[in-house]
Amino acid sequence: MGGSDPVFDEMHDANGAVRPAYAGYDKWLSEQDQSLLRRKGAEAESFFRRTGITFNVYGEEDAEERLIPFDMLPRVITGAEWRRLSRGIDQRVRALNAFIHDLYHRQEIIRSGRLPERLFRDNDAWLPQMVGFTPPGAVYSHIVGIDLVRTGPDEFLVLEDNARTPSGVSYMLENRETMMAMFPELFSRVRVRPVSDYPRRLARSLAACAPDCAAQRPVVAVLTPGIYNSAYFEHAFLADQMGAELVEGSDLRVENGRVCMRTTRGFKPVDVIYRRVDDEYLDPLSFNPQSMLGVPGIMDVYRAGRITIANAPGTGICDDKAIYSFTPEIVEFYTGEKPLLKNVQTWRCAEKDSLAYVLDNIADLVVKEVHGSGGYGMLIGPTSSKREISRFVKKLKARPENYIAQPTLALSTVPVFTKAGLAPRHVDLRPFVLVSPDSIDITPGGLTRVAMKRGSLVVNSSQGGGTKDSWVLDD
Amino acid sequence: MLGRTAHAIYWMYRYLERAENTARLLDAVFRMALTRGADAASEEWNSVLATLGIQEIYAQAYDEITGPQVFNFVLRDRNNPGNVVQMIEQARSNARMSRSSLTLEVWEGVNEAWMNLRDLLARPVRESNLGAVLTSIRRESTAVRGATYGTMLRNEIYHFARAGTFIERAENTARILDVKYHLLLPSLAYVGSSLDSSQWDHVLRSLAGDRVYSWLNAGRIDPRGIAEFLILDRRFPRSLTFCYGQLRENLAALAQEHGAEMPTQALLRDADIRLEALTIEEIFDQGLHEFLVDFIAQNLQISLAIGEDYRFTA
Repeated sequence: MGGSDPVFDEMHDANGAVRPAYAGYDKWLSEQDQSLLRRKGAEAESFFRRTGITFNVYGEEDAEERLIPFDMLPRVITGAEWRRLSRGIDQRVRALNAFIHDLYHRQEIIRSGRLPERLFRDNDAWLPQMVGFTPPGAVYSHIVGIDLVRTGPDEFLVLEDNARTPSGVSYMLENRETMMAMFPELFSRVRVRPVSDYPRRLARSLAACAPDCAAQRPVVAVLTPGIYNSAYFEHAFLADQMGAELVEGSDLRVENGRVCMRTTRGFKPVDVIYRRVDDEYLDPLSFNPQSMLGVPGIMDVYRAGRITIANAPGTGICDDKAIYSFTPEIVEFYTGEKPLLKNVQTWRCAEKDSLAYVLDNIADLVVKEVHGSGGYGMLIGPTSSKREISRFVKKLKARPENYIAQPTLALSTVPVFTKAGLAPRHVDLRPFVLVSPDSIDITPGGLTRVAMKRGSLVVNSSQGGGTKDSWVLDD
Repeated sequence: MLGRTAHAIYWMYRYLERAENTARLLDAVFRMALTRGADAASEEWNSVLATLGIQEIYAQAYDEITGPQVFNFVLRDRNNPGNVVQMIEQARSNARMSRSSLTLEVWEGVNEAWMNLRDLLARPVRESNLGAVLTSIRRESTAVRGATYGTMLRNEIYHFARAGTFIERAENTARILDVKYHLLLPSLAYVGSSLDSSQWDHVLRSLAGDRVYSWLNAGRIDPRGIAEFLILDRRFPRSLTFCYGQLRENLAALAQEHGAEMPTQALLRDADIRLEALTIEEIFDQGLHEFLVDFIAQNLQISLAIGEDYRFTA
């Protein structure tokens, strides 16, 4: 751990006393037979295997299916903390949607001088095809995941916005299901706000964004790259829970100006596509001509306003890490309010002074690729060897504009069950937000990711991170 | 539903049925081989390869035909792309593709079948545990069928599932019968010998019909009677007429749900009516082998028609 700040543990204070948020859980826990709890842990794993809640890891032989480790100790957020967070998330998501609309229209924020033009001009996520076009309901990012970290009792910071296709919501739902199945009595003792209606809300939110030509009850389909995609389980799970069709590119084609799916009775129009395919692969006629995952001509239908694509193509322009450092300005510009949620301090290596600072202090910093995700392509200074650092510095110097740096944060911890009893591990939180023309709907809680290795700050599932059930108390 | 999903469901059930019938076939041959000398037994094992149509690829990989080599080849050998492990993988992969059309019980059944059989077949199977392995394969398949029967809505998804099951089963029954007729006996002089009747017994056993047949026929083994039973007895769930009756019923229900008949229904109706009208004498006059070859070809036509009419592929 870098930095001198003491680590904030969300369950226990510095004296080892249990904090109020966890009082109910702790009382229940103290009454449990410890060996029984361990057995339950094994039960949870076999439950996940049986139900097939796995993810595929890229770059591994045979695209093996792996389980994300699940820890039985819940992560607890009080009602008051959540209300404060929700207001901040609501504000941020409104601003991000307004920002994308502006970038593809008048670009007021550039004209006002608050954002350098190069940031989006040289950005692969910027899609000229979206210029001057407004999607149905003027919603760009329909499903947003805001990654939050906590560093103190009142310190929640935004680490990252996921405005393209945030994943993980199925784990949020299954973690709760699992907890309720294993410990039903716990939920009658501690009042926790439910999350299980997320798929219904998602279906409603997507339907509310349907184009004008949509059927009375809009036809919603989930577009997946297929069973080898790392998040395939989630795609199937959401389609199933929403009662939507799970389609692949090869199931769709453009017919009579509509996007239609091949059913056993012929081609049927689709009104809303919740796509889990990247922009680049969406339409081989408009983007990557090699793509087999998309639908030739879908962009023409889209621009004619005859289908809704969620999230909208080109949304990624608002969530890369170079833009991230400007979100405080963005929030203020579009809402006219001070940002309620703070960012993590960020040095843009594209700027000369910042680069110099980063190079001088690299051993204490976390350096990330601007377009990277999943914990790949990053350097964590304090835990890296000299050789790793010098190798990274070479890459950084070659393309400084490709990197940002942040201090190594003292991420909060929550205990996990280990063989030797409870032990603190670092966590983050990804709340899920649904945006429609009528509402911004934030599911209470979200996905808590936890670094299962002691001292580790990397919570990504692709790097061995686990998850916890996340509770928002109904207090 | 999506054509691709119907396709996946159809094949998921075909593979499960195929795995089960392959296990039954191995079981019958295994029992028979146990009662005979090694030389004679290699004939029996060769008949398995012939039934499954994998004689050539076996010969490319191995010179000798021995029991353990053959049953491992059929169950798990990588030189055999259609081994049972692959069938289960395919069934599961198709289930994963149509996950949102299956009930939780059915999905869990397939997923568990895959996990259990993959572990069970991770190492070479020995004679001493072959029986247990084959029982597991049968049980896993039976469990999925039970979950399907007990939990799935009777809509088009179910009808495609059943269509896959019965198309596959009809083909498997026909193949098993055909091989007996041509391969098992050393020469025509053996027809009616005790070797002959034990081989017919083995055919019955491969199709789970030995007990039922004995019960119906007071233990008398008679080739014509057995062929009649396996082809024409509508009460027996592995007979060709039973399979086609079920196939016809499910495709009729599909047509009713869609409010439209497709060429498939007419094709199947004709096939079923012809089959129903046949007597065992006519079949033997025509030649059992010729009859079965025609049947298998027709079965393939029906399967292709289903895929075509219901837009399985783009």
